[in-house]
Amino acid sequence: MSVPAVNDENGSADPTQPVPTVESSGETLRRLHPATPILNGWKYFALAIAVVGQDSLRELDFVLFGVQLGVALVLGLVLGLFSWWFTKYRIEGRGETAELRIESGFLFRRSRRIRIDRLQAVDIVRPVLARLLGLAELRLEVAGGGKTEAPLAYLSERDAHRLRAELLARAAGLAADTPEAPERQLVSVTPGMLLAATILGAPFLTAALGFVVVASVSVVLGEIVGVAFLVPWALGGLGVVWRQFVSEFGFTVSESPDGLRIRKGMLDTWAQTVPPGRVQGVEIEQQLFWRPKQWVKLSVDVAGYAAKDGDQVRTSSTLLPVAPWPVARALLQRVLPDVDVDSVVRTRAPRSARWLRPIGWRYLRHGADDRVFVTDAGWLTRRTAVVPHAKMQSVRIKQGPLQRRLGLANVHVDTPAGPVNAVAVHRSSDEARQIAEEQAERSRRARQLAGPERWMSQPPRRPPQADGPQPAGN
Amino acid sequence: MDTLFAPPGLRWQAVSPRLRDLRRTLLAIWLGLGGLAGILVAGIMVSWWLAGLVLVAVAALFCWGWWLIGRNWQSWGYAERADDLLVTHGVLFKTLVVVPYGRMQYVDVTAGPLERKFGIAKVQLHTATPATDAEIPGLPPEEAERLRDRLAALGEARAAGL
Repeated sequence: MSVPAVNDENGSADPTQPVPTVESSGETLRRLHPATPILNGWKYFALAIAVVGQDSLRELDFVLFGVQLGVALVLGLVLGLFSWWFTKYRIEGRGETAELRIESGFLFRRSRRIRIDRLQAVDIVRPVLARLLGLAELRLEVAGGGKTEAPLAYLSERDAHRLRAELLARAAGLAADTPEAPERQLVSVTPGMLLAATILGAPFLTAALGFVVVASVSVVLGEIVGVAFLVPWALGGLGVVWRQFVSEFGFTVSESPDGLRIRKGMLDTWAQTVPPGRVQGVEIEQQLFWRPKQWVKLSVDVAGYAAKDGDQVRTSSTLLPVAPWPVARALLQRVLPDVDVDSVVRTRAPRSARWLRPIGWRYLRHGADDRVFVTDAGWLTRRTAVVPHAKMQSVRIKQGPLQRRLGLANVHVDTPAGPVNAVAVHRSSDEARQIAEEQAERSRRARQLAGPERWMSQPPRRPPQADGPQPAGN
Repeated sequence: MDTLFAPPGLRWQAVSPRLRDLRRTLLAIWLGLGGLAGILVAGIMVSWWLAGLVLVAVAALFCWGWWLIGRNWQSWGYAERADDLLVTHGVLFKTLVVVPYGRMQYVDVTAGPLERKFGIAKVQLHTATPATDAEIPGLPPEEAERLRDRLAALGEARAAGL
């Protein structure tokens, strides 16, 4: 798949460039879409109702309530207007030093510059209301920091797509006006399968089981008390299914030279782009009742997605909500080229681990080949963590007092925060140090062969195929 | 000595004994203040033989803490290899972390007012994951600075993309 690339990043800007880029469309900083204050003002409005509106509603003073609503609405709009007026962005610099500059805030001014070649992912998020107005939020994810570092909310959809294309082109090391790369769909998840997987998954099943138990107990006892629990319980259980179904509805994964494109969502829609080489690790999860159909879920560690709060991490880290293993395996080979998880030879934890995990110890395994480190754990829900050697951040050995008695130790292979948790649990302590040392050595070699950060700037070097004897596994 | 936490070379680089002194001083201050308050309360409100009991308990606690701090101080160690830094610590829960220089995002050297008084500083290495807890407390300031500069230089030389 070739990109119609103008490989001319070092300027000599051709004045006849046909496609206007964000940079060339004037030296001035650009503002967000003018409808932004209305969308943002709405949030202040809702907050005001929640905070001040309660009192007057409780006393049934509708006039006061109306006045408060009006004041909140005007204040919200004015605040939104101010924040919109003072928020501006621009792409500055060229080549490796290109930065996205974002100015914001009117009381506390903030000027932020983000190195474009450091971007980890670019998402276009369209909440329902924004969709109605034809707007979108662009999120530039970089490693570090507590939340999405550069949310540009809201842009018109056209601007959002153009900016994304430009950011990705620059990050890849191509000319800024490279058109959006073509994409090819790899996997799509049907609504029926998504629903089935959600219903067969542990969160819903535990809720359902609890419901049945409480319901039968209250029927047997003939008590009406149970109803007070049952209704919220049932609603909660359905809520889990509903949320997951709506947020992962129409899930498709496509491949383009810019990386993976993930699209999903029924009401709020997401379009995520994760450039090549940004995936730090993969988790393969199999729920108990998914086993007959060999269904698995894939989650990834991407540095920018990690640090955000709870729910959102899980949704943005999902690479594939559910698919049969052969499909997931094919996708995995796209994400981590030349990796075949099934062929990695694994060793089981020693027998003495049964004192700490009476059942689960049989399922504790780890293994490594010349590309990835793999761990398995879990006897009901099975989880396999896959970490490429080149992406490992550090290795840790941990040993508690009980483990020392039994001659065991844990080996952690650290990746940036996220769902992937590669821990070789309860290895024999003679072996643990060796695992850690070998892992450090393997990652050192892998880092030397790693591809360029700007993935199009030079032909990706194919690391030489395993020289010497094939790895026999451990 | 088990081989699991054995040093890569002959021995671990130890941290300054002044870290131990600092912690013991802090222990003495807090236990002294708390113990004094306890003794006075017990003595005035109940009886002075209870105050004696409290004194014995505080003394026992002090000895135990003194010993624990000594043990913990001894457990700290680090080693610089060609490509990575090793840090180990812990008595009951032992940890050994191997951080490749190329994975380092930044290095912190911190010293609080008390630490400065005792002439020690803490060096902390940060990678892209918060799970990497590679910190070395209680280094003499010169050593902390040397280590920081060396780590920064090596980190740059061996830098790898994320």
